[in-house]
Amino acid sequence: MSTPGTRTVLVLLDSAGTELRSPVLELITVGRSLGRVEAVALEAPSVDVLAQLGAYGVALVRQAEPSSGGEVVTGDALHLTPVVAEVLAAATRASDADAVLLTSSFPNKEAAARLAFLTEAGLVIDASALTDGGTHLVADKRVFAGSWDVRSEIVTDPAVLTLRANSVVPQPAEVAVATEVGALRLELSPAATATRVVSRTVDESAGAGRPALGEAAIVVAGGRGTNGDFGPVTELADALGAAVGATRDAVYEGWHDQFVGQTGVTVAPRLYIGAGVSGAPHHRGGMQASQVIVAVNNDPECPLFEISDFAVVGDLADVLPQAAEVLREHRSSQG
Amino acid sequence: MRIVVAVKYVPDIHADRGFEGGRVVRRADEGTLNELDENAVEAALRLKEALPEAERETSEVIVLTVAGPDADGAVRRSYQLGADRGVRVSDDAIAGSDYFGTARVLAAAVRRLADEAPVDLVVTGMAALDGLGSVVPALLSAELDLPQLTLAGKLEVDGEPGARTARVTRELDGVEEVLEAPLPAVVSVTDHANDPRMPNFKLIMAARTRPVEAWSLADLGVDPALVGETGARSRVTDASPRPPRPDAEIVVDKGEGGRALAEFLIRNDLV
Repeated sequence: MSTPGTRTVLVLLDSAGTELRSPVLELITVGRSLGRVEAVALEAPSVDVLAQLGAYGVALVRQAEPSSGGEVVTGDALHLTPVVAEVLAAATRASDADAVLLTSSFPNKEAAARLAFLTEAGLVIDASALTDGGTHLVADKRVFAGSWDVRSEIVTDPAVLTLRANSVVPQPAEVAVATEVGALRLELSPAATATRVVSRTVDESAGAGRPALGEAAIVVAGGRGTNGDFGPVTELADALGAAVGATRDAVYEGWHDQFVGQTGVTVAPRLYIGAGVSGAPHHRGGMQASQVIVAVNNDPECPLFEISDFAVVGDLADVLPQAAEVLREHRSSQG
Repeated sequence: MRIVVAVKYVPDIHADRGFEGGRVVRRADEGTLNELDENAVEAALRLKEALPEAERETSEVIVLTVAGPDADGAVRRSYQLGADRGVRVSDDAIAGSDYFGTARVLAAAVRRLADEAPVDLVVTGMAALDGLGSVVPALLSAELDLPQLTLAGKLEVDGEPGARTARVTRELDGVEEVLEAPLPAVVSVTDHANDPRMPNFKLIMAARTRPVEAWSLADLGVDPALVGETGARSRVTDASPRPPRPDAEIVVDKGEGGRALAEFLIRNDLV
C-alpha cells in the first residue's frame, strides 16, 4: 500500500446529469483526506457537475461507456447493479485505486458488494468514517441500532466502502481544478446483462423542495400519534429545512410514503425529531444513530423518551406549530 | 420447482446485543429466525402452492442456513410454516466469516443441492436484522453466476417448467423498477412482498422432531482457509458500547412546549 495522503480514491457519482448531492460531496471530502480523488459517472456529467467536481479538486471523471456483445449499453440498463459493479471494477483497474467510495443507498450497497467480489476487495457497508491507518484503511461504523461503535481494518487493497450521509461536512478543495472527462470503455460480462429492465421510473417529485430522507441533516418523523394528520410535522420540517419521515405503521396506514426503520430508510442526521412516535424497535433501529434526538408525545411513558436528549410531553398538534412559529421568527430575525 | 430459501438465525432484536473479541455474541436461548426471512419463506411457499397439483407434489422448499447447531431453531421455525427440508452448514472454520465467506458457503451448499436436482430459485430476505448489510443476496448471485433480482416488493414467476421467468417490482430511493430474468435466479424480498403466515399447529408438533441435515465444509468441498477469520478481508480491531445517553430534558406542555422545543434547538445550534 501507498503512504498516507498518496492514495487514489474513486467516487461513484450518483447523478452526474444534474448536480451532485451532499452525500457525494461528502465522499469526495473524505477521499481528499486520503489522497487523489477520481470520479466515475454512468452518464455524461452536466456543466454544473463538472464545476462542482472542479471546486472539490477532482481533476478526472471517468465516464462509463460499457458495451455488451459489441453493442453500446445505454439508458436504464446502465443502472443494473452488476453493470455498475463492472464499470467500477474497470475504473478501479484503470486508476489503480486504493479505495472506492459509494453513498449508502440499497442499490449502491449491492453494487459495492459485487465490486468487492470482482476485485477481491474488503468491504464495509454504512461506514461513518474512513481514515488512513498507515498499512491499512480503517473504517468506523455504528451497529445494533447505534448502540455499539465498531472499528475495522480493511486488509485488502483496494477497499470498498459505502459511507452514510452526514458523516462529514462537505468541504471544497483549497484550490479548484479544471475537471477533465475521460471515456471508460469496457465490455460487460454476459451475466451482467442477464437481468432485463422492463421499466424504470424516477419519481422527480420525491425530493421537491425538501432534502431526501436518507441524506437530510434534519429529519422530522411522524407516527401513530399524528392520527393521520401530517400537517404539523410538515410545518415544522419546512421551518427547519428538514426531510419528513414516518414510522412503518404510519406508512402502512397510507399517511406518508417513506418510513424510517431497519428495513426502510435508515437515517443518521444531526437532528431527529419524532412526533407521535412511540419508539418501537423497528423504528429505533433506523434512527438511533442520530446525533441529537427530540421527541414529542402526549404519553409520558413513550419509549422514545428513553433515548431522547429533549422531550415534550404534549399534543403534537399544539407543540409543533408553536415551535415552527418561533423558529420562523428566529430565522427572520437572523436576516 | 425447487426453491432454496437462505435464512439466518439472529439475536433477538429485543435482547442485549454486543461484541466479544471482535465477534458478535450469540446466545442459544436468545436467537430467532431473522424476521425478514419469514417473507422469503412465505414467498417460496406461495410459489409452490400456486403450481398445478402434479408439479406441486414434486416441488420442494428447502431452507438453508450457515451457522452453529443452535440455528436449528431457525430451520424448525421454517418447518412450522411449511418448508419441506432443512439444511444447516456448520463448521468451526466458518466462525468469523465476513459477507464473502458467508456467500461462498451458501453458494457451495446451493450448488450441492443443484447437483441432486436442478434448483430453480434461491430466495432470501432483504437483510439480516443483526448485521443489516443487505449484501449477501447480491454476493450469492455473483458466486452462483445467476441473475440477481433483489429487494423485491413484488415477485411473480411465469412460464412452463424449464423455461420460467421471474419478474420483480422494487421501489428504492424514489426509483420504481420492474426487472425480469430467466430462472434460475437469486431473489431477495422486502417485508412489503407478503404477509408471512402464522405457524401451523400440526406442523409445530411435527417440527419438534423433524431432522435438520447437517453439512460440513468438507461435504461441500470448500477450502476452510477461504472462509472464517482467515478468509476475512476486514477485521474488527475495536468494538465498544456507546455511552448511555444522559437522561432527556423533559418539558410538560402547558402552552409553552413548542417554544421550549424551539429554544432548545436554537440554544444547541441545531437550526
